[in-house]
Formats: sequence, C-alpha cells, structure tokens
Amino acid sequence: MTTTTLLDVRGVTMRFGGLTAVNQVDLTVGQGEIIGLIGPNGAGKTTFFNCLTGLYVPTEGTVSYRGTILPPKPHLVTRAGIARTFQNIRLFANMTVLENVLVGRHTRTREGLLSAVLRGPGYRRAEAESREKAMELLEFTGLAAKADHLSRNLPYGEQRKLEIARALASDPGLLLLDEPTAGMNPQETRAAEELVFAIRDRGISVLVIEHDMRFIFNLCDRTAVLVQGQKIVEGDRETVQSDERVITAYLGAPFDGTGSTASEAEK
Amino acid sequence: MTTVRSTETTPVVPIPSGPARILTAAGATGTAASAFLAWTWTSGFPGDLTVYGYPGGLQWLTLAGALITLLLTLASYHLPGLRWTSPSGGNNGILYAALGAAATTWFTLIAISAELGGLANLEPGGWAAGATSLITLLGALGLPLDRHPRGAGQGITRYLGLRLAKVERPLPPVRELPSPIEVLLIVVAFATGLYAITFGLDTDYGELFTAYLLLAGFTVAALTKSGLVTRLRALAVKHRTVTTGAAFAAAAAFPFTQSSDQYTSVATNILIFATVALGLNIVVGLAGLLDLGYVAFLGVGAYAAALVSGSPASPIHVHFPFWAAMLTGAAVSIVFGVLIGAPTLRLRGDYLAIVTLGFGEIFRITMNNLNGTTGPKVTNGANGIPRIPDLVSPGFTIRGLHIPAFDFGRKHSIGGLELGRFSNYYLLMLLVTAFVVLVFARVGNSRIGRAWIAIREDETAAEAMGINGFRLKLLAFALGACMAGLAGTVQAHVSYTVTPDQYTFAEALPPNSAFLLAAVILGGMGTISGPLVGATLLFLIPKKLEFLSDYQLLAFGLALIVLMRVRPEGLIPNRRRQLEFHEADIPDQAASPETALTKAGA
Ligand SMILES: Nc1ncnc2c1ncn2[C@@H]1O[C@H](COP(=O)(O)OP(=O)(O)OP(=O)(O)O)[C@@H](O)[C@H]1O
Ligand SMILES: [Mg+2]
Repeated sequence: MTTTTLLDVRGVTMRFGGLTAVNQVDLTVGQGEIIGLIGPNGAGKTTFFNCLTGLYVPTEGTVSYRGTILPPKPHLVTRAGIARTFQNIRLFANMTVLENVLVGRHTRTREGLLSAVLRGPGYRRAEAESREKAMELLEFTGLAAKADHLSRNLPYGEQRKLEIARALASDPGLLLLDEPTAGMNPQETRAAEELVFAIRDRGISVLVIEHDMRFIFNLCDRTAVLVQGQKIVEGDRETVQSDERVITAYLGAPFDGTGSTASEAEK
Repeated sequence: MTTVRSTETTPVVPIPSGPARILTAAGATGTAASAFLAWTWTSGFPGDLTVYGYPGGLQWLTLAGALITLLLTLASYHLPGLRWTSPSGGNNGILYAALGAAATTWFTLIAISAELGGLANLEPGGWAAGATSLITLLGALGLPLDRHPRGAGQGITRYLGLRLAKVERPLPPVRELPSPIEVLLIVVAFATGLYAITFGLDTDYGELFTAYLLLAGFTVAALTKSGLVTRLRALAVKHRTVTTGAAFAAAAAFPFTQSSDQYTSVATNILIFATVALGLNIVVGLAGLLDLGYVAFLGVGAYAAALVSGSPASPIHVHFPFWAAMLTGAAVSIVFGVLIGAPTLRLRGDYLAIVTLGFGEIFRITMNNLNGTTGPKVTNGANGIPRIPDLVSPGFTIRGLHIPAFDFGRKHSIGGLELGRFSNYYLLMLLVTAFVVLVFARVGNSRIGRAWIAIREDETAAEAMGINGFRLKLLAFALGACMAGLAGTVQAHVSYTVTPDQYTFAEALPPNSAFLLAAVILGGMGTISGPLVGATLLFLIPKKLEFLSDYQLLAFGLALIVLMRVRPEGLIPNRRRQLEFHEADIPDQAASPETALTKAGA
C-alpha cells in the first residue's frame, strides 16, 4: 500500500534486568491500515505496546508518529494521537459509562479550574459538546442505553467495548487494541470485528494484538509475529501462515533464534 | 408480596401482626405518657426528672422517640394524613424508631442509677417508662419485617439474630405536588433540621448529648427505612437551588437562635473544622491522595494571617484589612501546597501518605524553631503569636453608597437581635464554607473533577487517556491547601493566638490531621455534606463526652468503630457508591443476562 506512514517504530528494545522482552523491533503503520500483532504468551506484545505509549521508556529505539519522535509520556502520546486499550481491562470502575468516555475527551478540551468555577457560556458549550461527542461514541459502540450505569457493573464484553469508546474519545489517528476479544463468545467476537472495521472507516488506523487467528486474518492488512521479543516475520495471511518459524513457535518446538536470553530468563 | 428479592417478610418474635401492631401503638403511647411522670426522687441528676406533669431534660428525648414510633405505627394503619411519614409501607422503620425510644429511655435509667448509686433512685415513673419502651420494642419485633433469609444476612443486626434487610424498599410512584408546596416541604424539613441540630449543640450536659445522639441515629435510620428520607432527598435533588439556599439560610439563622456566645463559638469552630475537612475531601475524596499532614495548611493560613494581622508579637508590622489578610493566607497556603506537592506527588499510595505525614510534622517543628534562638525570629516558637486583633472590614463608598466599617470583635444588633463576636465570625466563616462548597461542587463535576476521579480510580489508565497526572494532582493539592488556608485566616482571628501545637497529626481534640481524615471517611468520601456532617459529629462527640473524663477517648473510639461498622461507606455515601450498592443489591437492575445478550451487534 502506498499510504502516508502514521506510526514508525525503529529498533525498539526493552530490557528488564537480564530479560529482553522486546528486541530490536521495527514496525510501521500506514494511514487507514489494520495491522495485527501476534505471538505466543510472553512474547512481549503488551510490553511493545507499553513502549509505544510511553508507559515504559524503551531501552533503545525510537517511536515516531506523523514524523515526529514521541516523548515517552503517556499523556503526551495520547495528545499526539495514539490511544489504547488494556489487556486486563482498566476502566474507571466507580465512574459511570458516560463519565468514562468523558475522561477520554480530556486532551481535546481545555476548560480549567477557573472556568469550571465560573461556569461561563464557553464552559457550558464545551461541556455540552463533550457530552454530545461521548454519547455519539456510546451509540457507535452500542452502549448508549447504559450511559448512566457504573462501568464496574457492565458485563465483560461491554467493558471491552467501553474501553474502545473511551479510547476513541481522544480523537486518535491510531488505536492500539490489546486482545480486544479476550473472554468474548464467538458472536461477540464477530461483533468486535465489525466494530474494528467501522473504526477504520472513520479514518482511524488500528494496531491489534490478538490470539484469535481467525479474527486477525479476517481483519488485518498485514500481521507481524513476535516471538521471544523479536519480530520474526511480517506480511499478509499467506506469508505468515506458511512461515516455518511461526509454526514451530506456536507448536512449541524449541525456537532457535538469537534472543536466547529471553527463554532462559523466563524459566 | 412485592418486596425486594433476597429478603423475606417475617416477624422476629412470632406473634400475629394484628396484636403486635396494637402492642406497639399502646407501648409507644405508654412511653410517651410516662415521660410526664417523675423518674427519680432528687434533682441531683441533671435536667430535673422529678416533676410530675411536665417532661424535663432527657424525658423530652424519650417523649420524642415514643411519638415518632407512634406516628409510624399509626401510619402503618393507613390512616389518612399520615401516609407521608412512611411511603415505603414497610415495618422496619417502626422497629428502628422503637429501638431509638427504648435505647434513649434505658440509657437515661442506667445513667440515673449509675450516677446516683443504685436502682433505688428510680421512681415508679422511670420503671413505667422502661417497661413500656420494652413493650413497644416487643410489639415492633412481632411486626412483619423485611429480613434476610437465614444465613444470607450481612448487616450488623445478624449478630443479634434480627437479620434486618439493608436494602431499602422500592417506593411507590410519587404523587405530583405543586411546586410551591414541594419548596415549602423542603423549608419545613430544614427548619426541623435546624431545630434538631441546635438542640444537639445546646445540650449542656454529656448525658443529654449522648441520649440525643442515640435518638438521632435511630430516628434517621427509622425515617430512612420508612422511605421519608428518600422522598425528601428526591425533592432536594429536584429543587437543588432551593435546597442549597435553605441549608445556608438555616445555618445562617443559627446565631439568631442563641442568646449567648457560648455555643456560637463552638459552632464557629465546627465550621472551621468542617471547611478544612471539605478541602481535604478534594485531595482525598476526589483525587485519591492520602494526605496525612493536611492540617499544616490550616496552620500556614493561620500563621500567614497572624503575621499580617498587626499583632504586636508579629515581626512584620503591618495590619491588613480583613479581605487582604484572607487572600494572603490563601495565597501563602497555595505556595506551600505547590512547594510540598511538587516533590512528593511523584510518589504513589502509601509513600505519599508517609511523606505528607512527615511534612505536617516538619511544619509544626519549624514553627517551634523560628523563635529567635534556634532559628530566625518569626513565630515566637512555642509561645506562638498572641493578641491577634479582630478582623476589621474598612468602610468604603461605592457609587455614593457608604458601607460602614465592620469590626468583627464588636457586638452588633440586627433587627433587635444581638450578635456577639463569635456570631460575627460564624457568619464570616459560613461565607467561606459556602465558597468552598461552591468550588467543590462545580469543580468536582467538571473536566478537572472527572480527571481527579479517574486518577483516583486508576492512575495508569488516566494517564493513558491523556491526563497529566502530576499536574492534576498538584492542582488538587494546591486547591485543597487554598481552602484550608482560607479557613486558617479566620481561625487565627477567632482564637486570638496561633501556636504550633494547634497543628499536630493526632490529638484528643480536633482539628488535627487524623481527625480531618476521620471526618472525611466517616462522613463519606467525595461528597459535600459528608465531611460537613462528619466534622460536626467528630467535633461535638469528644467535646460533649468530657463528662466521661478518663474514658472519653475510649468511648469516642467505640463510637467510631460502631459507626464504621454500621456504615462503612460513610454517613452520607457518595452518589457513585449509592449506585454501586443499589445495583449490587438489586440484581435484575444492572447486569441482567438479557441486556448482555441484546448488545451483540455494533
Ligand atoms: N514490568 C516488567 N518487569 C519485568 N518483566 C516484565 C515486565 N513486563 C513484562 N515483563 C516480562 O516480559 C515478557 C513479555 O511479557 P508481555 O506481557 O509483553 O507478553 P505478551 O506477549 O503480552 O503475552 P500475553 O499474550 O500473555 O499477553 C514476559 O516474560 C514478562 O514476564
Ligand atoms: Mg499481553
């Protein structure tokens, strides 16, 4: 595809003491693409996401978004236009569904302490706009009827959707999804596929970690495979499925790569 | 029966409900009547309970408790005109009211026997009151009550074998009333509230206050179970402005009900304490930052105001007018909030608590050492800054309208009523409280407030949503400090002297950091009225329990344990927590399987 590059990751490495969780990974995501990231448990996928979003400061390497290098601060990354969800759902449990999404609007609104106390017309307009936008996102993800429920009381699948709605509220250009269908039944998984397509149709690129291969190959333009912190292959469905290293990695045969420190430290 | 699921409607004592109801009504009538008899032979017991034909002291409380029980019991007969007292139609409220009357009565009887030395000091009237209150209780226990099925109960009443349901009954739909009548109801409710609170404040001996607290606690529980509280709350939410106005009008009316400064000085100190607690609630309740040294900011405000007050002991020989002194106190507190917050707020959780505790102590020790020998002479060390003159608002003229100077230390008379020095400060402090309430309410429900709550809930996720955690925490810290500082400026003038020992971590009397935190947690984190109520109770209980002398702290500790056991979510739970309880208790409201299934396609 000849599209503009949104995300450009160069040589990102993350070491925890002796363990190299992510090792020299390069990855690009173009405008309007859906990219998959797969790999066995403990391969370093979530760690890689954390490096992209500033939760971890990578030991080496750079992450650029729309041509500028991102500082490793989560709130600046989000402001730049990358939003994410978490593998282990991290909603604001005691806030309502609507409030969760409103928090997602934080970087796109400016109202400070003084305007909150004075409540002038500008403040009220901004607040109404935020609410409208949040409700629109709840409609989009199908949660509008539950806007006033506490997010902790939502069923699991809806909590995952709410995380997506909350992430979308920051008007991202790139959305990172960490195992969005974990714990979902087949119907819900299919609905989630539809949702990811609908997100792309809004002009938002998606980078998604998944273990569900059908989900990945249905959705993704390209898929990268991470094994023991290294990207061993990247390409379309055929390339990935026919790659021997991928097969051995998933079937559990000993991986004969250079990142042997990882396998030792994992024991 | 249309009761809430997971409860059953059964009596505790197996008697038919018809006779049980009659027994309750008769018992309550008897208790009310016996309040008019003599309970003891000597006026050695405070309140003079020796008079026939007229209740005195503690007997008034028994009378009130018995009448509330009677009212609720009669309402359960569906008597027209009484239905409003018990919209839920359940009997649990009657039981709580009967418990309140019995507790008050028996507390009185035990107090008489203990203080006068033996049961022999009870007159037949006292025995009659005790017996009838127990009969009422027995009757109430025979009514069909909402209870947990055996083995399912979670509440404290499980231990007593009562297994009373915690869940409130769903109320029947409201009959629409004309708006003016609803407003009138709110006003009546606040007038009653003002009367009840004034009564509690004015209690002049510990026994009366203890019995008052017992009765008040049970009555609130009774009216909550009867559904009246829920109805009133719904009204209050509907007419929010009227309610807020009525609350402040009632508070402002308090000094006019007082003939001396004795209790207005207490009330002023309560307001100071409550305002600081509300400020702390921004830090703890909204942003979730456990600050164990918060009282230092009250101290900073008080010291700053004292230094510019024109006190002869202050090394700075300036005398600011009252508004400038208040702004100075608030501004200096903000500066200190930022100075202390900037290095500490990078820590999370327990670490922050420990470091703030340390800073609180550093403040006190520093104030002790700025005495001219161990440090520069600024604060007079342990002697503090004494003889702080009263605040004076200078006179000025706007557009030809002359506003005369106002000296807070002088008596003023408004509409024929004398307002003393403490009343003046009380009213000033009430304005400060109103300001803090306004700021809390508006900021709490805004972009900033939501960001604070998000940080409290999950800081990592909040940052991933684009919230600059450090900056917002610093903002919460500074705003909280500003509120405490404002209160501190008034406190310095009210108490004439500021000394370092007023600002410790823990003490037997408020305000100190531990009490402030207790007020927030006891009252209800993240709410406005919670810390106000919590602070009032925490101020009054130790003060009124002084008659217990050595056992004062023990009794206070017990009272706290009981309160936290009965209401772990605080006296006035947050709307969120209410929602949480509501939805958790009524399973078919929130996470029902149908709703989970219907939402599969996006
Ligand atoms: N903060 C940390 N400190 C030390 N080791 C870590 C840390 N975070 C992750 N790791 C290690 O890095 C490796 C990669 O973990 P990561 O969570 O990124 O795997 P993953 O590919 O997301 O796995 P899964 O599919 O199970 O989610 C694991 O061995 C993990 O133990
Ligand atoms: Mg993972």
